[in-house]
Amino acid sequence: MGVRTFTKRQVSVSAAVLVLLALYPLAVRGSFPMHLMIMVFLFAMLGVSWNIMGGYAGMFSFGQAAFFGIGAYTSSFLLTAYHVNPWIGLLAGGVVAALAAALIGIPCSNLRGHYFAIASIAFAEIVRIHFNNWKLIGAAEGLTIPMQDESLRNFMFHSSKAPYYYIMLGFLILSLGVCSWVTTSRMGFYLRAIKEGHDVAKVLGIDVVRYRMAAIMISAFLTAMAGTFYAQYILYLDPESVLILPISVQIVLVAMLGGAGSVMGPVIGAAILLPISEVTRVKLGFKGSGLDMIIYGTLIMLISVYQPQGVWGFLQKIGRKKR
Amino acid sequence: MSAAPLLDVRGVTKRFGGLLANDDVSFTVSEGEIVSIIGPNGAGKSTLFNCVTGFSPPNAGHVLYGGRDITRLAADRICKLGIARTFQIVQVITDMTVLENVMTGAFLRSVRNGAAHEKAEEVLRFAGLHEKRDAAATSLTIEAKKRLEVSMALATQPRLLMLDESMAGLNPVELRGMIDLLRRVRANGVTLVIVEHVMEAVMELSDRVIVINSGKKIVEGPPKEVVMNPQVIQAYLGDRYRARG
Repeated sequence: MGVRTFTKRQVSVSAAVLVLLALYPLAVRGSFPMHLMIMVFLFAMLGVSWNIMGGYAGMFSFGQAAFFGIGAYTSSFLLTAYHVNPWIGLLAGGVVAALAAALIGIPCSNLRGHYFAIASIAFAEIVRIHFNNWKLIGAAEGLTIPMQDESLRNFMFHSSKAPYYYIMLGFLILSLGVCSWVTTSRMGFYLRAIKEGHDVAKVLGIDVVRYRMAAIMISAFLTAMAGTFYAQYILYLDPESVLILPISVQIVLVAMLGGAGSVMGPVIGAAILLPISEVTRVKLGFKGSGLDMIIYGTLIMLISVYQPQGVWGFLQKIGRKKR
Repeated sequence: MSAAPLLDVRGVTKRFGGLLANDDVSFTVSEGEIVSIIGPNGAGKSTLFNCVTGFSPPNAGHVLYGGRDITRLAADRICKLGIARTFQIVQVITDMTVLENVMTGAFLRSVRNGAAHEKAEEVLRFAGLHEKRDAAATSLTIEAKKRLEVSMALATQPRLLMLDESMAGLNPVELRGMIDLLRRVRANGVTLVIVEHVMEAVMELSDRVIVINSGKKIVEGPPKEVVMNPQVIQAYLGDRYRARG
């Protein structure tokens, strides 16, 4: 459809899902179910952000951990060194990540497909190694977020995970809003044209470099927001926890499994993958490290062979048949 | 005194390594004209298109559009100025519907989704593709894909439309339809430059024909004169068929 209109059913289903999600913290006991959902939301947001550049514009970034880490480090460094409020740090992290994205985006502006993916891995590894040796921000020892009173203002909660849950849910909804705005606006159409090919885009008068840069910067900003959240949630960060390649890979998997190039795809992907990874990690501990990756790998192979549009594409196909 | 030509190509030369693809080619196109560029395969027609539309700027020479030098402008800037084009190998956005493809073109002059949607519907009706608007672009026949590509170009609201072999591969009925479409495009005030091998279309549509061979312009004139020209016959059929006497 050219113009997006929401059907009554879509609206009522979304409303019902939102109510259920809002009630979830009241219904579950213990911290693990809360942690699990927070991680699902977190990676759903990271997948949605990746989707703007990867799914729509075809820029397959395997370096999202760099933006995630830059967001986490910016707010945490500002907080530990200058007592800057983490909410301000959150915005600062987004801006720094977007600037870093622009910096890397300029030389990569003509790279496509595999070449862009390789460049993005190189960029993220450079950031990781640099941070690992950068004394000012704690180098390999990392940064510990100083304890503060629990409050929304301080972005810190000790007695319950519920506030983190609601904040992350809010962030996810925000990123979904940004993504669906992109999808229906001129920018979304232009990104999809760019994904098809630079020639077909240029011939329609599209400034390819400008729109690619915009997509990378928006994606980086949202990814960095998630990074700040993660730092405030875990209260400790080092390069190994936020800047490593497996994080970047997981972000891509979430989006690809759920459905690249659709607004809701990454949410579905996160809802399938994160429970697998968190449960195998908790139940099997170190013995299980890698098992989640084996399960992912199998899923990804099945998806790419039988359902390249992802789970979301599969669900839509079923929906269309029913009608 | 006549007005300045809409398109003024002056001494365009394009080299690919040792190959001279366009050698000092000059011609003009006036507003409202249909000009065909013909020539054997490999003569440099598509290269000339690429030089004019900014996809592959020339090594020497100038391209003026409405009196303005656009030789070094990027392809998307040239499109914004009002020159649209199609490709020899049809280029559509494969994961979009017909309507979405045309909307992408319409977004050049309409920022809002609703306005682009309206413009796209209008163009699709004009091009006879309205019934297929919700079909996937990939599901179209060659003919419909060519119409779609022309529609995408028209949606950018050009003053000059450059078509690279829009008739190739069409059956006689489809050919009539395409000729009719291009006539209506011209009637709407759009100037056309077409590269074409299908002589039936060239003879019917063109006000003027430019013949290119081995990168050089060899002849220019009204279609009926050009096809009788010995140089043109020689270019297409070789020395054996050179007109004697």
